[in-house]
Amino acid sequence: MLSEIALYGAIETGLIYGLVAFGIYISFRVLDFPDLTVDGSFPLGAAVAAMLIISGWNPWLATGAAVLAGMAAGAVTALLNVKLKILNLLASILTMIALYSINLRVMGRPNVALLSEETVLTPWYDLGLAFHQVPVVLFLIVVGVSLVLLWRFMKSETGLAMRATGANPRMARAQGIATGAMIVLGIAVSNGLVGLAGALFAQSQGAADVTMGVGVIIIGLASLIGGEAVITPSSVLRALFACVIGAIVYRLAIAFALNADVLGLQAQDLNLITAILVTLAIVLPGVRSSVVSKFTRNKA
Amino acid sequence: MAKRSLRTLIGASLLAAASLVQAQESRTVAITQIVEHPALDAVYQGVKDELAERGFKEGENLTVMHESAQGNSAIAAQIARKFVGESPDVIVAIATPSAQTVAAAAREIPVVFSAVTDPVGAKLVSNLEAPGANISGVSDMLPIDKHLDMVNKALPDAKRIGTVYNPGEANAVSLVNLLEERLEARGMTLEKAAATKTSEVLGATRSLVGKVDAIYLTTDNTVISAVEAVISVGERTDMPVFAADTATVDRGAVAAMGFNYYNHGRQTGAMVARVLEGKAPGDMPVETMETLDLHVNPSAAERMGMTLPQTLIDEAQKVIQNDE
Repeated sequence: MLSEIALYGAIETGLIYGLVAFGIYISFRVLDFPDLTVDGSFPLGAAVAAMLIISGWNPWLATGAAVLAGMAAGAVTALLNVKLKILNLLASILTMIALYSINLRVMGRPNVALLSEETVLTPWYDLGLAFHQVPVVLFLIVVGVSLVLLWRFMKSETGLAMRATGANPRMARAQGIATGAMIVLGIAVSNGLVGLAGALFAQSQGAADVTMGVGVIIIGLASLIGGEAVITPSSVLRALFACVIGAIVYRLAIAFALNADVLGLQAQDLNLITAILVTLAIVLPGVRSSVVSKFTRNKA
Repeated sequence: MAKRSLRTLIGASLLAAASLVQAQESRTVAITQIVEHPALDAVYQGVKDELAERGFKEGENLTVMHESAQGNSAIAAQIARKFVGESPDVIVAIATPSAQTVAAAAREIPVVFSAVTDPVGAKLVSNLEAPGANISGVSDMLPIDKHLDMVNKALPDAKRIGTVYNPGEANAVSLVNLLEERLEARGMTLEKAAATKTSEVLGATRSLVGKVDAIYLTTDNTVISAVEAVISVGERTDMPVFAADTATVDRGAVAAMGFNYYNHGRQTGAMVARVLEGKAPGDMPVETMETLDLHVNPSAAERMGMTLPQTLIDEAQKVIQNDE
């Protein structure tokens, strides 16, 4: 069975990927913008935070800078799409591959270790919690604050304009909404969240590595869709909760797969499991609603 | 009836006691590796074989847990947490990213790393001689100077060396930086060509043509995966290709002085055995590979427009002849 440390580890990684899922919620769900920039902005956040931390910056300031770097990366993708009229998917792929080189430049090498550095977690270890509980408590606070801020933003006038942009751009433009600006802002915020996730991940794992972005998009998507299968995203608040729950459930599934010798599952099956989970999660809500509607029709 | 149940109870408790004794004798080693790949898999096998030779046999008195993160750092992090949670006697971490995640998660459990090129740069240890904490291991840092001696013996006039490497591979970059430094110390120069994926190796090698007297390749995973591209350019342009790992000589490189990762795993296994016997990793200096094999390929040398000196052929442990 799952040990306590493995359980906390799964929740910790799940919370970090919850931030990624928030970002993917904004791009995929709110703006209907398939954004692969995240595979580059996740290690970018890690790289910026790591370099600033080893050069003596306060870890929170370094994390803030990582958010700004992620936002800049997102803005580039959006501007390629809005100003240069490059297809959104392609625009994000261009930024993603550019970020690989940029991340190497930022770090000056492929791997920057933070194992003995002061991080955002360091002061929390003195609070008397168990070693493996500290990141969970801190990241719970970070994710909670992000969730509230995002929720309030989505309810603000700008947030409503952004949602309108994604739902029906033509109508939004007719209402006088600058849809281009909304896309730039939205994709920037989305990648800022992913940059934050990368910065926190590097600090809890002890290193920023240029390869750590591989597959962030698919794991974020799996978290988002899985969460939506568990909690119907009928409101923004429920959708944001779904992101966090989905990310944690996904990590718990992996933790169980790592322990599931009984089922014959092994780590090398994880990519297949991810693909099956995402497929199921996409298919299941449709199945469920058709079952429900049949049931109600029969009842009537 | 009561008698029978009493007998069952005694029997059961005896069984439980027996398994408890066995549990006390049995040791657990948890092995995590970042990705499945022939060299790293060979390390894993080497660790297990060496442990078996030293009396720690899997299934008898040793339980081995093994996980691969498939190149995904988030999974590596979860594997590290899982292993720490199971508190094995030793955690073995194969390759730098896995070693870093284990180091971040394990405070008291002994950790032995393997296939880490630069343990100080990766902040796994602060000092190679006396690591101090709960971590030590075996580094696969190449003996670059011995390799350059080999190149100098084969081509005494070569002054400009070229290399192809992936700037995204931590180990490769450390090696190329060291290579540049060691070449400068010999009054030689290094020309670098970057290839971020296997499909770029051919183009990167072509960019070196005319600028260098010979090519020397480190143990860069990307480049070695596509080493045939380097060799084909070398053969067409008379640019001899030397390598750091002996398997590349079979594939057409002129010569290499290397160690194999299976032996690297054996050396790691010996360290793990010492930890199981009660030694603290912090008291064990980080080790590098001791046994080096020279492999030469005179026919490949001919195809690249050079003749290997007989002295070098005589020194070789293995002479490969693959005329086409």
